[in-house]
Amino acid sequence: MKKKKSVVQAAPFMLPSMLGMVVFSFLPIVISIVISLTNWNGLDKLNGETLKNCMVGSENYSRILQSEEFWNVLWHTVYYIILYIPLVLVMSLLVATVLNRAMRGITVFRVLYYIPVLTSWVAASLIWKWVLSPQYGVVNQLLGYIGITGPNWLTDKVWAMPAVVLASVWKDMGFYGLFLLSGLKAIDVGYYEASRVDGAGKMRQFFSITLPLLTPSLFFCVIMALINAFQLFPQVQIMTEGGPNGATQVMVERIYTYGFKYFKMGYAAAYSWILFVIIFALTLIQMKLQKRWVHYES
Amino acid sequence: MKKRALSVVLTAALAATVLAGCGGKTDAPAQEQAASKQEPQESAQPEQEPSGESIDISAAEEGAGEVAITYANFNASGGNEETLQKMYEAFHAANPNITVNIETIGYDDYFTQMQTRVAGGTAPDCYELNIENFAAYANKGVLAELTGIDVSGYNATALSAFQVNGSQYGVPGNFSNVVLIYNKDLFDQAGASYPDDSWTWDDAMAACEKISALGDDIYGIYQPITFNEFFKVAAQYGGSVLNEDRTAFTINSPENLQAAQMMIDKIVVTNVQPTESQMGGMGDWDLFESGRLGMIPTGIWAFGAFTDACDFNWDICVEPGGTKKATHFFSNALVVNKDSDKKEAAAAWINWLASSDEAAKMRIEAGWDLPAISDNSVLSGYLEITPPDNRQAVFDSLNYLAAAPIIEEYSLMADIITDKLSLAAAGELTAEEALNQAQDECSAQIKLQ
Amino acid sequence: MNHSKWKKTAGVAGSYLTAVLIGVVVIIPFLWMLSTSLKSKGALMQIPIQWIPEEPTLDSYRTVFSRFPLLKAIGNSFLITASYTVITILSSSMAAFAITKIRFPFAEAIFKLYLASMMIPTQVTLIPLFVIMNRLGLIDTYPSVILPSVFRAFAVFMLVQQMRSIPNDFMEAARMDGAGIFRIYGQVIMPLTGSAVATLTVTTFMESWNDYLWPLLMLSDKNKMTLTLALNSLNGQYGTEYNLLMAGSLISMIPIIVIYACAQKYFKAGLMSGGVKG
Repeated sequence: MKKKKSVVQAAPFMLPSMLGMVVFSFLPIVISIVISLTNWNGLDKLNGETLKNCMVGSENYSRILQSEEFWNVLWHTVYYIILYIPLVLVMSLLVATVLNRAMRGITVFRVLYYIPVLTSWVAASLIWKWVLSPQYGVVNQLLGYIGITGPNWLTDKVWAMPAVVLASVWKDMGFYGLFLLSGLKAIDVGYYEASRVDGAGKMRQFFSITLPLLTPSLFFCVIMALINAFQLFPQVQIMTEGGPNGATQVMVERIYTYGFKYFKMGYAAAYSWILFVIIFALTLIQMKLQKRWVHYES
Repeated sequence: MKKRALSVVLTAALAATVLAGCGGKTDAPAQEQAASKQEPQESAQPEQEPSGESIDISAAEEGAGEVAITYANFNASGGNEETLQKMYEAFHAANPNITVNIETIGYDDYFTQMQTRVAGGTAPDCYELNIENFAAYANKGVLAELTGIDVSGYNATALSAFQVNGSQYGVPGNFSNVVLIYNKDLFDQAGASYPDDSWTWDDAMAACEKISALGDDIYGIYQPITFNEFFKVAAQYGGSVLNEDRTAFTINSPENLQAAQMMIDKIVVTNVQPTESQMGGMGDWDLFESGRLGMIPTGIWAFGAFTDACDFNWDICVEPGGTKKATHFFSNALVVNKDSDKKEAAAAWINWLASSDEAAKMRIEAGWDLPAISDNSVLSGYLEITPPDNRQAVFDSLNYLAAAPIIEEYSLMADIITDKLSLAAAGELTAEEALNQAQDECSAQIKLQ
Repeated sequence: MNHSKWKKTAGVAGSYLTAVLIGVVVIIPFLWMLSTSLKSKGALMQIPIQWIPEEPTLDSYRTVFSRFPLLKAIGNSFLITASYTVITILSSSMAAFAITKIRFPFAEAIFKLYLASMMIPTQVTLIPLFVIMNRLGLIDTYPSVILPSVFRAFAVFMLVQQMRSIPNDFMEAARMDGAGIFRIYGQVIMPLTGSAVATLTVTTFMESWNDYLWPLLMLSDKNKMTLTLALNSLNGQYGTEYNLLMAGSLISMIPIIVIYACAQKYFKAGLMSGGVKG
């Protein structure tokens, strides 16, 4: 009885969003599952008939999983994540803590730090290509002052991915930083006052109050960063185009290339479903682990 | 419990959407399917199009003998929108019953958009394609064969580039070719004689050595390590990536190896061409403009940029050859959508745009590539602009045009070969290994008809 | 006393130093953008790079303004972006409210579906979605770019995360006072998510404003063209006019920065705790 009531109550709130989900997300997604079972070229008119005629079953999936390329690409993505997530979290936390200080003029910094987030990736990637230019870029010039010869960032197999990570952290830290800031603001000042009475220092306050109470926000950041990291694309497309020699080829870059450059839309769709399974599994694990480290107040 | 709930919802949603999605679609006319096979239809068959398509023509206008067509292009973006508009006005004055709705879209995502529109059944009546995409579109049967148009005025090689299995699926809309651009001042300093049209790569390499000797960061030549460059150099040595009837790859043939060896050796052996890391992230044009590069085979669209940026003397000549001459050209195809019900009007417009004297003159005046026409008298205005002094070389190069090997999976083939060659240029493979691997991978991944 | 005062000053100085340092890192690429937009075409590729253009010129801005009906495009962008943002906030906050506070059966499962939908790269659903829009007859209309905002999994996810940290006591208290479910949503829960909604408004506005591929697919009528579509036509086959592109990008960033600066006051302390206390 109570269940029924809650459904009636929830219905008007869920309706617009659910309707949108079915039409704009579910339907295309289901169609793309079907596409992944075909060798549709992405040019013939998309309709049931076309798809029926080019069914190949699970062939795309087995070909992808057997290809050396897939495992390379997967490793590149994982490598990106290993570098990107810790770095972006630390930087965002730093940004959030600095912005949380009640200092004069802090609003200026708050706007400043968000500028990279507000810049489109097209402009940002172009900027970074220049910034990382080995001979004339600002990064290597600065490294030169302290006696280090900077690498050929984007054209060096070893350094291309770290370069992409740097650009991504620069672009994203304001976004996660601001989100963490709103988490910081939500922490009741009472906790700090109480702990001060107990004689806790700043460091201890940070680790015993701030960090635990910030875990819901951090959890959100980790999940979002993970999903976004697997879908890494525009910066790679513009900064390296997957090069040098494939060192920055990542999942979505491959999906785009197969679907829109090689006209193998079925293969591309299968690729993206494999990607989906990986992200989904990782997110579920995160959700499970969440109980161990995320503290909700209620 | 939760897991079961999730899977129930998923299954239900799946079933519902498959029914709603595909069931709704099968009512599309079956002839669409038949039409998407490789037989382009000449006569315009009125097809039942879904509502909301982008061609905004009302039936009333058609009845009055007036036709409105949509033309999508990328070539006018970045500065030539007005020229294209002027061309259209001239066309419309001569053909008042044809109205053209021009869509000019930036190059970057033009093809993503076009592919989506074609697959979605709302492609424009006529549009522009670069050579890579033309290969795919024509082979997959989404373009109309152009039969009723006069093709006598076109440059024959450029026109033949857009034939597939003997049928004409596109006309060359614009035209640019590649010449050898050289820094005269560096040649003077090195005491080398200027290149001329009779040069072979051996002559060029000798000059490169002298120029490179001028300084540590001065290089003789820059020739990109790409498929585009490779198939042309291969042709200069009498090679080709496909056999004559295009049924097999011949990537590792002795002639091709000679070509690849020349391209790679000048980087890894003599180093008269900078390696990727010596380039330090600079573009090849930047290197030339900075006065540190002796020669660069590049497109004639560089003239404007070099005129602005170079504070030294430079000139051009026909590119060196191997055992014979072969030069490169770039051209975009203007094509007609197979499903358009206004094919004749669309063909009339693109034919006028590509080959009429009027359009050609406007194109030259605006400095917007070259028209791909055979009548050189129309082109005379082009010769008068300097630098370069030897502008005649642009036309002389037209005598040796090498057409790209158009196959359905052109982009995939190009990427495989480019990847292998750049591994060789990085010193990780020999030229021979690179070609052998490219041969194996192309043969394994690409089916040739 | 003196010692602690010194310590406090050092702490403030340290904070400022960190703030400025991050600020410099963040701003350098942006300054380069500004500097490029003030360069003439010839000075663009000069080496070594001119950080401060020797002969600054506003030509790029003039060209950008003269090349397309920029004001019309800005108007279109505003119309689309504003509707998109409002719908996103409304629809997503309603869904997040139902998921976290009404707790109907399968709420968790549905929420997981929302999450899952974010994990499919848009590149493969592009053509199917195009076909659906075509079937709905929406191509080349404003709704085709606005309507997808009713379902934004990211926004729901973000708000769910925020609403979960609101204690249920507030709802119980309001219910005791006889408030209906709509009043609880509008007057109790929404005010408490102020800073998250502000962040979301800015991000949504920005995404919609910068969105480019979808409007490109949907809108072919020149009169409906958005600002990003207009800027896209600066990309040529043989190269891009970087000075124009940077000038255009800067122009297009101004509205977002203004919106962001305006949203500032909602980020400030008080809204959240103010709600809690009131």
